[in-house]
Amino acid sequence: MCLGVPGKVTEIFEAEGTRFAMVDFGGVHKRVCLAYVPEVVVGDYTIVHVGFALTKLDEKSALETLELFRSVGLLDEELGRMDDAPAPAPASAAEAG
Amino acid sequence: MKYLDEFGDPELARALLDDIARTVTRPWAIMEVCGGQTHTIIRNGIDQLLPEQVQLIHGPGCPVCVTPLETIDKALAIAATPGVIFCSFGDMLRVPGSSKDLFRVKSEGGDVRVVYSPLDAVQLAKDNPDKQVVFFGIGFETTAPANAMTVKMAKEQGIPNFSLLVSHVLVPPAITALLESPNRRVQGFLAAGHVCTVMGMGEYVPLVERYHVPIVVTGFEPLDVLEGIRRVLVQLEEGRAELENAYPRAVSAEGNLPAQAVVREVFETCDRAWRGIGTIPQSGWRLSPAYADFDAERRFDVSGVVAEESSLCRSGEVLQGLIKPVQCEAFGKECTPRSPLGAPMVSSEGACAAYYQFRRLERPAVTA
Repeated sequence: MCLGVPGKVTEIFEAEGTRFAMVDFGGVHKRVCLAYVPEVVVGDYTIVHVGFALTKLDEKSALETLELFRSVGLLDEELGRMDDAPAPAPASAAEAG
Repeated sequence: MKYLDEFGDPELARALLDDIARTVTRPWAIMEVCGGQTHTIIRNGIDQLLPEQVQLIHGPGCPVCVTPLETIDKALAIAATPGVIFCSFGDMLRVPGSSKDLFRVKSEGGDVRVVYSPLDAVQLAKDNPDKQVVFFGIGFETTAPANAMTVKMAKEQGIPNFSLLVSHVLVPPAITALLESPNRRVQGFLAAGHVCTVMGMGEYVPLVERYHVPIVVTGFEPLDVLEGIRRVLVQLEEGRAELENAYPRAVSAEGNLPAQAVVREVFETCDRAWRGIGTIPQSGWRLSPAYADFDAERRFDVSGVVAEESSLCRSGEVLQGLIKPVQCEAFGKECTPRSPLGAPMVSSEGACAAYYQFRRLERPAVTA
């Protein structure tokens, strides 16, 4: 129950004075309370815990993190070419496991 | 789905794993606090892909697992009371109390209902004014904003037949207890990302400074977990101990301020017994005096409950990271997800359930 699930806001409406949204969780649609995320608009991605949106997913940060991961990979290739003793550790660890 | 699929990319995972392999020169022990991360690790075999020097210790961050047995027994007593509709998140229903679980109470005629959100329980209270509707409000800082807002709404809307059986637990005091433990083996922590989404990162600054331990706020997808591990290892190898945020798309330094305000209004800090671990000072939230009328423990007399744990179950040691689930003699025999002896075998966040689901066929031979 503690697991937060990201979803896309498809519709926003008011109920009893509180902002709610319909959120699409990869095909499953749920009603979600927006009381804690006044900045969220239709089209945003948000993380939802037990019916409450807790944050707007920051698209810029998401792209930057992915870019960082890709740069780790590039660095890998660079080092692989430069390093005269490439470490085979991960592959053998995987086989051992 | 967007923001899920990208963070499970196998090629990028390989790149992170290669970088980790180049980084590590010595043995290190890292704890992932959150049970959601434990499941990501076991499901994807991340622990088996890491260099052998890196040991992952599974932490106590499973709310179902650490909810005190006494509270479970109180829930069972309230749920069995005539005229009560007892509402709970689904994963609480199989959690063993001293003698039965909520499923058993339901089969014996109790009106036990699974809800997705505490707001569903309030709706049930409105729809059934002649019944007492009780919601089982447990969890870490992640579910607290939902539970707090629900009680606040119930008060504002004047719903007299709604109450909360509350047993919230907090992550930073649990990390402190682990760091103070004489059995401490953990050298670095992956902090639970969504707890920080709510509470921000400020509570971890004094821990990093006082105990000189790296803490990296980490997300839940495979690449997130790998990046958290990588950053902790880089710090350990360089002799640094800093607070880092590896999950910036969902965590800001200050957290969700409106949620913190409502939580602080509705709840107050208290000592809390953690199932399998013991009492940790100032590690829980209970309803504050302004909301005491909505406390199910006041509304129902459950003071006479006496709790008794299974003698076979070693979940306390699992929750403290002292043993792996497969080292418990009852694992997969007397204790399975269908018939659990301990709470960690129940939940989608419990370590025993993760090992049962993904690792039980790999169990090492046990010498007789």
